[in-house]
Amino acid sequence: MNLSLNWLSSMLNRSLDAREVGDLLARAGAPVEAEEALHQDLGDVIVALVEKVDKHPNADRLSLCQVNDGSSVVEVVCGAPNVTAGKKYPYARVGTTLPGGLKLESRKIRGVLSNGMLCSAKELGLGVDHDGILELNTDAAPGTRFLDAMPLADHRITIEVTANRPDLLGHKGVARELAAAYGVPLRLPPFPGAPTDVREATRAKGAGAADGVEVRIEDAEGCPRYLAAVIRGVKVGPSPDWLQARLRAIGARPINNVVDATNYILFELNQPLHAFDLARLKGPAIVVRRAKPGERITTLDGVVRVPDGEMTMICDATTPVAVAGVMGGQNSEVSSDTTDILLECAYFEPRRIRRTRKALKTSTEASYRFERGIDLQSAPAALRRAVELLVAVAGGTVTGSVDVYPSPVHEPTVFLRTDRVAHLLGVAVPVGDIERHLVSVGFAVAPKDHRLAVQVPGWRPDVTGEVDLIEEVARLRGYDNFPVEIRAFRPSTVPDDPGERVKDAVRRLLTGRGLHETRSFPLGAQGSPEAVELENPMSAEEAYLRTDLSPGLVRALEHNWAVRERDVRLFELGIVFRKPNAGKRPVETLRLGAVVSGARTPSHWTVSGKALQYDRWDVKALFEEAAALAGAFGRVVEDGDGWKLEDASGRVCGWAGELTADRPAWAASAFGFELDVHVGQRRVVVFAPLPGTPPVERDLALVLKPGVRADQVEAVMRRVGAPLLETCRAFDEYRSEQVGGRSVAWRLVFRAGDRTLRDEEVDAVVKKIVGTLKEELDARLRES
Amino acid sequence: MRDKLNDLASAAAEIATADASRLAELKVSLLGRKAGKLTELLRELPTLSHEERRTLGAQANELKKKIEADIDERERTLATPSGAGADVDGSMPGRQAWRGALHPVTLVVDEICEIFRELGFSRVTGPEAETEEYNFTKLNISLDHPAADAQDTFYVGQGTLLRTHTSPMQARVMETNKPPIRVVVPGQVYRRDAFDPSHSPVFEQLEGLAVDEGLSFVDFKAAIDYFVKRFFTRDTVVRFEPSFFPFVEPGAQVQVQCVMCRGSGCSTCKQSGFLEIMGAGMVHPEVFTRCGLDAERYTGYAFGMGPQRIAMLRYRIPDIRLFFEGDMRFLGQFT
Repeated sequence: MNLSLNWLSSMLNRSLDAREVGDLLARAGAPVEAEEALHQDLGDVIVALVEKVDKHPNADRLSLCQVNDGSSVVEVVCGAPNVTAGKKYPYARVGTTLPGGLKLESRKIRGVLSNGMLCSAKELGLGVDHDGILELNTDAAPGTRFLDAMPLADHRITIEVTANRPDLLGHKGVARELAAAYGVPLRLPPFPGAPTDVREATRAKGAGAADGVEVRIEDAEGCPRYLAAVIRGVKVGPSPDWLQARLRAIGARPINNVVDATNYILFELNQPLHAFDLARLKGPAIVVRRAKPGERITTLDGVVRVPDGEMTMICDATTPVAVAGVMGGQNSEVSSDTTDILLECAYFEPRRIRRTRKALKTSTEASYRFERGIDLQSAPAALRRAVELLVAVAGGTVTGSVDVYPSPVHEPTVFLRTDRVAHLLGVAVPVGDIERHLVSVGFAVAPKDHRLAVQVPGWRPDVTGEVDLIEEVARLRGYDNFPVEIRAFRPSTVPDDPGERVKDAVRRLLTGRGLHETRSFPLGAQGSPEAVELENPMSAEEAYLRTDLSPGLVRALEHNWAVRERDVRLFELGIVFRKPNAGKRPVETLRLGAVVSGARTPSHWTVSGKALQYDRWDVKALFEEAAALAGAFGRVVEDGDGWKLEDASGRVCGWAGELTADRPAWAASAFGFELDVHVGQRRVVVFAPLPGTPPVERDLALVLKPGVRADQVEAVMRRVGAPLLETCRAFDEYRSEQVGGRSVAWRLVFRAGDRTLRDEEVDAVVKKIVGTLKEELDARLRES
Repeated sequence: MRDKLNDLASAAAEIATADASRLAELKVSLLGRKAGKLTELLRELPTLSHEERRTLGAQANELKKKIEADIDERERTLATPSGAGADVDGSMPGRQAWRGALHPVTLVVDEICEIFRELGFSRVTGPEAETEEYNFTKLNISLDHPAADAQDTFYVGQGTLLRTHTSPMQARVMETNKPPIRVVVPGQVYRRDAFDPSHSPVFEQLEGLAVDEGLSFVDFKAAIDYFVKRFFTRDTVVRFEPSFFPFVEPGAQVQVQCVMCRGSGCSTCKQSGFLEIMGAGMVHPEVFTRCGLDAERYTGYAFGMGPQRIAMLRYRIPDIRLFFEGDMRFLGQFT
């Protein structure tokens, strides 16, 4: 919402400082988004009277003017064709700097010294030139500051208005807040030249008439109140300077006096109005009803609309002439030939307007305000002021007005317990202060049995309950005037999400291994038939929720390759989605994914040649360790070239292996894994007593038949070696024809908890192991 | 036996001058497991008399230790680059390992949660796909009110949507727990906003909720003030201004003194000297009622902030898109 500081100032009858107003409004709940001084750079320009115009002796198109600047008469060369003796113009003296930075000096133009410049609108930053220099229609004496003579200097303040405060969408509502802050009265100044005898519109139930024009509400649900005034004999033309300046100051474009007057009231009182050309209304009548099937209307923006039966239309005796609360129709538009006007001032039901403007995909200043709820109670006053302004700027006379109001409603009363104020706000606010605060912004307050009966003015539709009033008290007292004081509190009874613990453990593991945590974008193209599709995506490339983390990780990998980062180590903890099994909500699973590619360690000068690259064995170990922390106590088993994680029930809940990616020739292979994070029981570490006896080591090199896997061998070793076998770990693999295929060497460590093992004891166990391996897996000792 | 020991001792003297290959040979010939001379000698020990075994055994073991130590030292000397160990260039870089970093959003979220833990808040999470009921209705947001326009929503079918804020967890927590409730809820949220340097259709939010008997606006202000001063600096000025969110009343917007210019005005704070960091307020009684709590008995406060925005301020990150790219050069800065 754009505000003019002058406008506000006129209602408070005092000068205002833009910065201070901004602070006050922020404290009132309407923060300032922008503030701009308008035309303040014209401070040195003055009003001057051209006393005499002669032709320039050396140039046909130039004039030599005798200019009275209030203190002396100087000679100025002027090139404008419209310069006329006896008229006033804006004049920039020698030494003045104009908008755009031009600093005026005395200089010779075609042999004649020119002192300063008579200015055009463009040179003053006031718009485009039409006829040369700007002719001033003012009584101000020569030498008067241009800004004092013309209502141009102003500040534009742009505030952010929250959806609950429609009253702040008009200058009057904003001025009301400022009046409360400054403790001054709020008064709307009368318009120069306005009639003083405009009467309040005549009340009618469901239908009435204004100067012979029937006004009828058939859709009272969509339109609870409709006021109309008939003004005859208007002359459509440009608005006076002050009105144009006000509208320009808030960024609105002046159009003609009728439209400008309605816009002015819109921005002043937050009451949208619409002016119909009475001559073009059939009947003449106004019927407020729902659209009928087959009806069409061409709105002011030239678009043909086909309203549905849920939309309220303003119609004449036969056809729609406006989409209620959204936009008028071309068929009844005011034109330069218009002489008689029907001025509409209505209240439309917010939800109806919201639905209509959404369906029509058109939002206007009017619909924006109706949708938020305007002041139902003040419509008659708004109409009266609108009529005053219209007659003041466009002439004519009011010949009748009507206020059709089928079911009048009173201002609601809300009760406020003063002890509840203290309870919620944490400090006792004296009753007197509560009353004073509420009254200052227009509430009427009366004490009633330990409570306050508070009457809510029509412009505050947001206030419906006690807590709304408590907020008003807090707001008007000032949020900053409440203490910051830590008081006793009880800790939460809500347990921590156990998943955070698991996530922390995983993060520690993987950052410890040199991987960076990343977060990839969870929307993408369809990757799986199980993917959840968005009903209203922003683009086809972002139309599905991810079912896996690896596509995002591969994208990140490729991004790094694209920026010539060859060593990539990333992991992500994130939610993946699948279509719902039952119920409505998609299935969400917390996943862990990782990708590594490139050097396994940073290069170092002690290791010549190429650093060791990550390979599948790195990723297998990472996978196994991550699975131990987060993997449902599952088992990592071989799966093709990679591995998969199976939980206790055999369900696959993760995989690891080489990744397919768009790899440049210079980049290393990429490996990755992904697994469902399972939040199980908290693992409690129980200390194992340190061994008091020495270990005995034996190395076994075994020749394995094709198809025999290391884990099978180890299973046998553990079974047969128990209880003396402590660990067994493969430490070497050797493949050659000589040994008859593949030989793998294991280091076995034996220990007895209660005594030092003798060699013979260990030899006997080893012999048994070897024997069993031969028997079960046809594995034999390698002869070297 | 004693002679053999002496022979071995003199043979071992060569260790000090041996080159790498000779050293390897010596290691095998002296200490080799199968045919090492000293190994063999030690195997003979059991054949000696008790007395001899004691003295010679001790000597032999001592010799073994000495030879092992000498070989060790020689190996180390040979491993130094200059060979003689004379001129080690200590200015050469040390041997590093990769060091992983947490995502800046994780760092910020963890820190925020930690600070609120000091105020008795626990940490919970909730679903990202939500129902209209939890995302809007229970929070007193009416879809036919303009207040809902601020949250342009992605729908995924059957009235299910991607949560537009973490606030649905207010309702879920209140429905399943008895006060005193104090929780913070970090998580990802979704809005139909186009990507630009400060907006993303997916972003992180962190919700807070405190509900108990007798919690007031003063408690709310104190908690937020405590957080801001712990997270930023002790002298950071905090400002509370009225604002509107349908699920809080009184509603507030919290601003902190600009971290860039310390309040003097700069481009980050649009010359205002302050930055908006969260929306907050006292829980609206209607929300209590819709979540099954007695709105007369309980009061509370709630707040929501954007960890990405806070991370951008803290680390001076200019573009929100950096958070999603997985760029090693970006992520590596947060170790």
